[in-house]
Amino acid sequence: MSTQTTDIKFTPENLEKAHEIIARYPEGKQKSALIPLLHLVQKQWGWVSPEAMDYVAEMLSIESIEVYEVATFYTMFHLEPVGKHVIEYCRTGPCCLMGGEKVYDHLKQRLGVQTGQTTPDGMFTLKEVECLAACGWGPVFQIREKYYMNLTCDKVDEIIDELSK
Amino acid sequence: MKILTQHINEPGIETFDVYRKHGGYTAVEKAIKSMTPDEVVEEVKKSGVRGRGGAGFPMGMKWSFLAKPEGVPRYLVCNADESEPGTFKDHYLMKSIPHLLIEGMIVSSYALGANKSFIYVRGELLYVIAILEKAIAEAKAKGFLGKNILGSGYDLELVVQPGGGAYICGEETALLESLEGKRGNPRNKPPFPAVKGLYQCPTVVNNVESISNTPWIINNGGEAYAALGVGRSTGTKLISASGHIRKPGVYEIVLGVPVEEFIYSDEYCGGIRDGHYLKALVAGGSSVPILPANLITTTANNEPRLMTYESLSDGGFATGTMLGSGGFIVFDETACIVKNTLNFAHFYRHESCGQCSPCREGTGWMEKILYRIENGRGTQADIDLLVDVSRKIEGNTICPLGDAAAWPVASAIRHFRHEFEWHISHPEEATRPGAVYPTEAVLN
Ligand SMILES: Cc1cc2nc3c(=O)[nH]c(=O)nc-3n(C[C@H](O)[C@H](O)[C@H](O)COP(=O)(O)O)c2cc1C
Ligand code: SF4
Ligand code: FES
Repeated sequence: MSTQTTDIKFTPENLEKAHEIIARYPEGKQKSALIPLLHLVQKQWGWVSPEAMDYVAEMLSIESIEVYEVATFYTMFHLEPVGKHVIEYCRTGPCCLMGGEKVYDHLKQRLGVQTGQTTPDGMFTLKEVECLAACGWGPVFQIREKYYMNLTCDKVDEIIDELSK
Repeated sequence: MKILTQHINEPGIETFDVYRKHGGYTAVEKAIKSMTPDEVVEEVKKSGVRGRGGAGFPMGMKWSFLAKPEGVPRYLVCNADESEPGTFKDHYLMKSIPHLLIEGMIVSSYALGANKSFIYVRGELLYVIAILEKAIAEAKAKGFLGKNILGSGYDLELVVQPGGGAYICGEETALLESLEGKRGNPRNKPPFPAVKGLYQCPTVVNNVESISNTPWIINNGGEAYAALGVGRSTGTKLISASGHIRKPGVYEIVLGVPVEEFIYSDEYCGGIRDGHYLKALVAGGSSVPILPANLITTTANNEPRLMTYESLSDGGFATGTMLGSGGFIVFDETACIVKNTLNFAHFYRHESCGQCSPCREGTGWMEKILYRIENGRGTQADIDLLVDVSRKIEGNTICPLGDAAAWPVASAIRHFRHEFEWHISHPEEATRPGAVYPTEAVLN
């Protein structure tokens, strides 16, 4: 599981990035930086905690509720701690036609968890997502910024072996 | 004839230098140095290019609606949210040849008089955002972006904005809300974005592929573009092909290619996978009506069906469909229509923003009924109930997601009612893993 986010501060590097993002928008429209900043939060801590949302609210001079509203609407933000690697597999029609179900069943078996769960060692969290805009290269899953495409059961094993090292 | 993908496989095409070597950024030079913004708009109008995001609205006409009040900034926002199931062309274009979109954004922003433009990319494509940002930095270093572009006095900043994983943010007004840092709830129209869009300022929203056509149009003239294609379907179109075909992928076609050729030619899909045959087609992304085998390569009047806006919609919803976003999903006889309809219904229920009750309640209701049927617990009355629910959603919502949810269900029942009936009358057979309605028996 990810560490507690009690001391909520961006790293100097991320703080610089945050300021650069906020400066992109016209005067008075800094709220536009909200989603990019939530991505930055998730990059640093792995998930978006209530404390981190308050921190972002303060940074943008908006109410905390405005951040909660947004963070709960967009499905990419993990509102609870997650495993080291979050595997988000596409369950939508075209990926199923390309053989997705068999591959995802294998993935669940291999990890020994169901969708939404984290492995007991905290290494993997499995999530189901909708179409990832890679339908012709399906079945597909995403781990952070990386897409894994044209998946087969063997490929899934290789990827899990590699990430388990 | 290729407009967008001609150089896509050149090694290094993602870099400024290689892109430039293949004629890149000449449209920016031409537009900024020798044309007025209105002349650029005029060429785009002449080209007849229609929006490639799904609705097919003429791009030049949309541009000419943009309000131009004194002293108010105008914005161009590129829709790179690409989340319509079956569609992956914008992803392909942006990751492979990012400078094409950047060049298009500069030309288009110049035409519209925008000094800050946005590319809203679905949040999952963080790696593509990094590619675009790198391309922007390169273009800026070469003087094609930033202050005083090519010494013309014209300034432009491009901002790449990530989404957060919400299909609804592909709808243009939801996208603008999201870009303002809010939940992606579509706005009531009017006012249209052309009058009150981003930050309540006049705004044009266009798809990645639409904008990527502008450099070619400026280099070659709108008339040359309009000379390609058939009738009001001018130019080329990227088709994302997936499903049970031999060669899934993204193909650039000149509009007007026969559907039969597109499916069976080795230049495109390469036919149905070995040993199987065509059963159904979703031609333009999950939202458009599904077609049965006998209406795919020919229309109800027995004319060859072409890959154009008009030919695909020939026959209306009774016997036609739509080109939509070009998400071409092919089903062979192993696909279960009931199961696929349930899969799509789940998608729309999950993606409804929840603002209007027909959509919020209706999508959930349809999913529940379909789940029942798929799992052998449906009744024959459920089929008509589904049709009834879909009708009550259609046309009664703030944004078209409601229609998009209703059409796949209504069309599946229209053309494959026997499969729904069979699921209900043969619950034991139908719920076996991999079970499909025995089409072959019927065909033979
Ligand atoms: C639910 C919904 C989802 C949409 N998703 C997209 C999308 O992912 N990409 C896109 O370009 N247009 C999408 N659209 C269409 C946009 O609202 C808009 O028409 C389009 O971006 C305009 O650009 P164009 O004229 O260049 O096609 C969607 C529309 C709806 C109703
Ligand atoms: S139709 Fe659906 S997605 Fe569109 S505004 Fe209404 S509830 Fe939201
Ligand atoms: S259906 Fe899986 S990526 Fe589109």
